[in-house]
Amino acid sequence: MEKVKLNIDIKKEQEKALEMMKQQGERILVCTSTGCSANGSLEIIEKFKELGANVGTLTKEVKMTAVPTGCIGFCAEGVLVVIPDKHLTYVRVKLTDVEEIFESLKNDTIVERLLYVDPAIKQSIKKSEDINFYAKQTRTALANCGHIDPESIDEAVAVGAYQALAKVIEENDQEAVIKEVEDSGLRGRGGGGFATGRKWRSVYKHRGGKSYVICNGDEGDPGAFMDRSLMEADPHKLLEGMAIAAYAVGSDEGYIYVRAEYPLAIKRLRLAIKAAEERNLLGKNIMGSDFSFHIHIKEGAGAFVCGESSALIASIEGERGMPRPKNIHMAECGLFKRPTLLNNVETFANVPLIILKGAKWFSAMGTEGSKGTKTFALTGEVNNTGLIEVPMNTTLRQIVFDLGGGIRNGKKFKAVQIGGPSGGCLTEEHLDMPMDYDQLTKVGAMVGSGGLVVMNEDTCIVEVARFFMNFTQHESCGKCTPCREGTKQMLSILERIVKGQGKMEDLDLLQELGEVIKTGSLCGLGKSAPNPVLSTLKYFKDEYIAHIKDKKCPAGVCSALKSFEIQEDLCKGCTKCARNCPVGAIEGTIKEPHKINQEKCIKCGACISNCPFKAIVTK
Amino acid sequence: MSVESPAGINTAKLDEIIQTYGGKKSYLIAILQKVQEIYKYLPEEAMTYIGTKIEGLSPATVFGVATFYAQFSLEPKGKYEIKVCDGTACHVRGSMPVIEAIKGKLQLKDGKMTTENGLFSFETVSCLGACGLAPAVVINDKVYPQMTPDSIKIIIDTLLKENE
Repeated sequence: MEKVKLNIDIKKEQEKALEMMKQQGERILVCTSTGCSANGSLEIIEKFKELGANVGTLTKEVKMTAVPTGCIGFCAEGVLVVIPDKHLTYVRVKLTDVEEIFESLKNDTIVERLLYVDPAIKQSIKKSEDINFYAKQTRTALANCGHIDPESIDEAVAVGAYQALAKVIEENDQEAVIKEVEDSGLRGRGGGGFATGRKWRSVYKHRGGKSYVICNGDEGDPGAFMDRSLMEADPHKLLEGMAIAAYAVGSDEGYIYVRAEYPLAIKRLRLAIKAAEERNLLGKNIMGSDFSFHIHIKEGAGAFVCGESSALIASIEGERGMPRPKNIHMAECGLFKRPTLLNNVETFANVPLIILKGAKWFSAMGTEGSKGTKTFALTGEVNNTGLIEVPMNTTLRQIVFDLGGGIRNGKKFKAVQIGGPSGGCLTEEHLDMPMDYDQLTKVGAMVGSGGLVVMNEDTCIVEVARFFMNFTQHESCGKCTPCREGTKQMLSILERIVKGQGKMEDLDLLQELGEVIKTGSLCGLGKSAPNPVLSTLKYFKDEYIAHIKDKKCPAGVCSALKSFEIQEDLCKGCTKCARNCPVGAIEGTIKEPHKINQEKCIKCGACISNCPFKAIVTK
Repeated sequence: MSVESPAGINTAKLDEIIQTYGGKKSYLIAILQKVQEIYKYLPEEAMTYIGTKIEGLSPATVFGVATFYAQFSLEPKGKYEIKVCDGTACHVRGSMPVIEAIKGKLQLKDGKMTTENGLFSFETVSCLGACGLAPAVVINDKVYPQMTPDSIKIIIDTLLKENE
């Protein structure tokens, strides 16, 4: 293949961008993702700038700049402020702490009280890289997240953005790109785990006419926010991955389908596309070559089923987001009836590094069938909630106990719900299992998009199964009968069980319905909807039986099966419970023991969590 | 010239929105989102107008799309839209007591989701992707982290005061 000459030297651009970043002096990175900005990070940046940490107004005395970044991942400890040159990470930073941090940087000292304290050893950690949460991760797709300003294309270029794209256009060999992705063993990160390279090749086979590249950013799984963080923190990586895919399959137009619930991601992607087009790194005749690629953003409108590929396409076409039968392959007839390549955000984000570092580098990580790293959103009853990226051979134990720092408030581990409403539960016996596609499928769960919700002894498994069934039932589009009617029946059985009105036959019926829905449904939503129920039936049947036979909820969650009572000898009459009761069900006079009116009580538990004397119990 | 219809629909404004998207039917969802931004809901007249104006669409198709997606509301919403996340992480960390507190505070009954004075409307959403902040509440795009029944009541009180 003859090499193509480009009119942009991206390595030179990188040098220029790095030089520009040097002008900033010491960089103070402040996380401005959805999470931290809700905790006031935007005001914190303003305050730093006011004090003089601003590239435009640096003086002899002050040589530092506050830089807004995307998600650094450690959401539980937000607002995070990181000073990379000094290896410092400050956690839970408030506006009132800014001056102290600023002064300490000037004087080269440390603000001890803002360092992260490891709950296991009860010691503050001085160096960022010694924080367990970070030390045990391998960040590749997320490598730049939290290190650069996502709204500045210069910072993206400084960390190597668009070098992989320049490389593939220069080398002028579509097949070689596809081969590299095939050899890497990369599999779709959106849930199904289909081999990415094979998908690319089948679209490539139908090249010649108009074709499309779509990025699925409709991250609808409750409990998952990996794609949001990636789009917010490093949008150029996604754009570059899409452009490489488009180059490989011969497409000139792409769409990113993003949930409307992610306004910040949409804003940053729009800015990134505009900036890249202005620099001729996207758009018409990229870097002076014959290759053009235009990316549009399509906002979703709140329908979980639109994460399913054919429903997503219907939605981009402006229709109801209902799945279509898959007898015609999308690689041949997809968006606007043209050949279409559809991958998830994280899948695309892995591409630039595979091109730059090679398939071998990528496939050296992970297990036999699952290569590379995977991002997970670690949430629920775990100490360190946040965004993580680990090689695919990492075990659940390492994730929950090493990175996650164990269960909150010293409680006991019970299960992990993985893969959201399509996934299943993993229990203690799975703690040492690697998190790869095939292993998880074998035990009735799935990687899914990567939401990991940790549950402790106080979580009722039956109620969680009901919660997920309620979700999928609500989101079922209604097109095919097994999913529409079946999920409704399963939900009503589960509702009966948590109310203490279940029958033993219900368990067999749940199993049977679940299997029918799995085989009979049209799309992935229905095919996986029964998973949370089937997997909990398999591992926690005792809990179902306790609800049905003993009319008891072992975790003490299901409100119909319990009553709240105030223990008179422990109650000091502080009135805190009465003030916090949302329905005014608690009566009594100050400094006298209170009483709960059982007729009014909605059993929400607000009184228990508010009682300073632990005087309220459930029976 | 702007033309006001009997129901107060500004057709000139609708034309402008349709034009922004080149009158293409594949942009129907985006068009409806813009309309909802203006009116805070989708007035029936506006949907009918769009359905007759854009080639390849009918009012029924527009209505079909509008009712399919959870984001669209066919009823007027309040000045403050309170969305409580009831995703997995928020659910596990106690979004239910927060929901009950809001319903009690706003005195919403009989399945009504908007207060009578039109100040507040309330809904639960499946996941806002702010799981690190669970349980999270969003009021008009501002995210409030780690809510409790207490703190949400204080927030609602503050908003009430601002509107006295």
